[in-house]
Amino acid sequence: MTRSLAGHRPRVIIGKKMAPYVLLLPFMLVFVAFLIVPMIYAFNLSLYKTAMVGGTRFVGFDNYARAFVDPKFWSGVWLLVRFGFIQMPIMLSLALAFALILDSGLVYARGLFRVAFFLPYAVPAVIATLMWGYLYGPAYGPLSQIATFLSLPKPDFFSEGSILGSIANITIWEYTGYNMIIYFAALQAIPTDLEEASKMDGANAFTYAVRIKLPMIVPMIVVTVIFSIIGTLQLFSEPYLITNLARSVINSHFTPNYYAYTLAFTAQQYNYSAAISFMLGAVVAVFSYAFMLASNRGAR
Amino acid sequence: MLTAILCIYLVYTLIPIFYVVTASTKTNADLFGTFGLWFSDDFHLRENLVDLFSIQDGIFLRWLGNTFFYSLTSAVGAAFFALLAGYAFAKYNFAGKRLLFALVLGAVMIPQTALVIPLYLLFSKVGLLNTPLAFILPSLVFPPGVFLMRVYVEEAVSDEIIDAGRVDGAGELHILSGLTFKLLMPGFATVFILAFVAAWNNYFLPLVVMSTSDHFPVTVGLAIWYASATTGSGGNLLFTVVMAGSLVSILPVILAFLIMQRFWQGGLSAGSVKA
Repeated sequence: MTRSLAGHRPRVIIGKKMAPYVLLLPFMLVFVAFLIVPMIYAFNLSLYKTAMVGGTRFVGFDNYARAFVDPKFWSGVWLLVRFGFIQMPIMLSLALAFALILDSGLVYARGLFRVAFFLPYAVPAVIATLMWGYLYGPAYGPLSQIATFLSLPKPDFFSEGSILGSIANITIWEYTGYNMIIYFAALQAIPTDLEEASKMDGANAFTYAVRIKLPMIVPMIVVTVIFSIIGTLQLFSEPYLITNLARSVINSHFTPNYYAYTLAFTAQQYNYSAAISFMLGAVVAVFSYAFMLASNRGAR
Repeated sequence: MLTAILCIYLVYTLIPIFYVVTASTKTNADLFGTFGLWFSDDFHLRENLVDLFSIQDGIFLRWLGNTFFYSLTSAVGAAFFALLAGYAFAKYNFAGKRLLFALVLGAVMIPQTALVIPLYLLFSKVGLLNTPLAFILPSLVFPPGVFLMRVYVEEAVSDEIIDAGRVDGAGELHILSGLTFKLLMPGFATVFILAFVAAWNNYFLPLVVMSTSDHFPVTVGLAIWYASATTGSGGNLLFTVVMAGSLVSILPVILAFLIMQRFWQGGLSAGSVKA
């Protein structure tokens, strides 16, 4: 009798009250340790200043005051605002158009297009930038070769005027398919009985797609715009990797993240770098919030 | 007509990938001397691959192994933690739920420099810098996974099943483990793939926390080779080798993608229904 009892492991039964906390524990542990703690640490760092003479001392919000009037920080933000106004509308409207076309079922080989357009998302940003860096190459790049063959002037992808477009093209290539898949999934989730109803009303596939389906995925579009705003303002890898090719136009404060990186690892100014990162975080929050407000207002 | 428009974009999508394929088969001289978007007469793929895997004592293979190891371990962990947390958010009411969920979602707005630079400083204090853990531990935090799992569980697991388990006197964790494989696998797989791709593509974190080349993932290693090739200081590091390296490192992901696409798209659409 005692034996069989000992053979049974005492089962710990977690009740309904405790269960959610137990389930959240592993995630919250890593979330706090590797996200919240570093954030607090960085914020604390941003309140100090290290000088050659006098060591580290508490300076309150001095670093933020300095960042607030730092033209190097704001030039990066301004660059990304211009970048975003080129890149986001092109990328998202292409993604939306492709999703509507594929969803309408008016084309052949839908599966092929869907997978192929999504493929660049599987290519690391580093390698995507490398590939386009080769394609842009002034001496040997195929685009220059084609221009020479057609006796056109060689395009310069790394000039002051073209660098934004060149980087925008890389990110459009990378993320259009990803956004398309998100829209496509949302479109597919719309019940089909609406389609029958609109067919009875005599709507063709085009009006059905634009008038009925498009408005239904507006919440999804808002989400993708916000994610694009966040991604755009954090641009780093692409300009960082092609710095060698475009030395004259890409400087160490080209984007805010680039600036924070240089401050930390070239100038060893960890305190000021932390302040710049938080300033960027604030800018991201302001832009995202402004867009949400605007889209709410538009919806009314 | 519409098909033609899609075909134009298809060409645009495939050109860079096709270029990597042709460039990997050329000698360095041909890379500069022949038309970039077609093969040259001198088929040099085998030699480029031999170079790729022998340069610097075959460090490239090590990078591939590192990338695979870092991505696999962090994605398994991240997806498992997200599954538990997403389930808790979907099926329970508890104090602080809204606040916690908002906190997790808000985390996507944090600039990577704001996170990675303090991580670098903290890791250097505890001696974790330049170890696999410096990559894996921060990658376990994958907030989008929690969001996706929450939506997925809300859709896929009905309250009736859970209540039936309670009536039978099963503990809450027992109910979950009874459900896991049958109902939750598609959601788990989607989050796993997303976390895996995110880790596979990560560049900034390893750039900062890894300092010796035996710990680099492919992204950091190739970027360094590329930088030395573009500045001309690479010696035997030729452009063709960088291209061959790119080809070798994107092929597994592309293949995995093509094989798993049905699964993956199903999961994505499940995640997007509510959002």
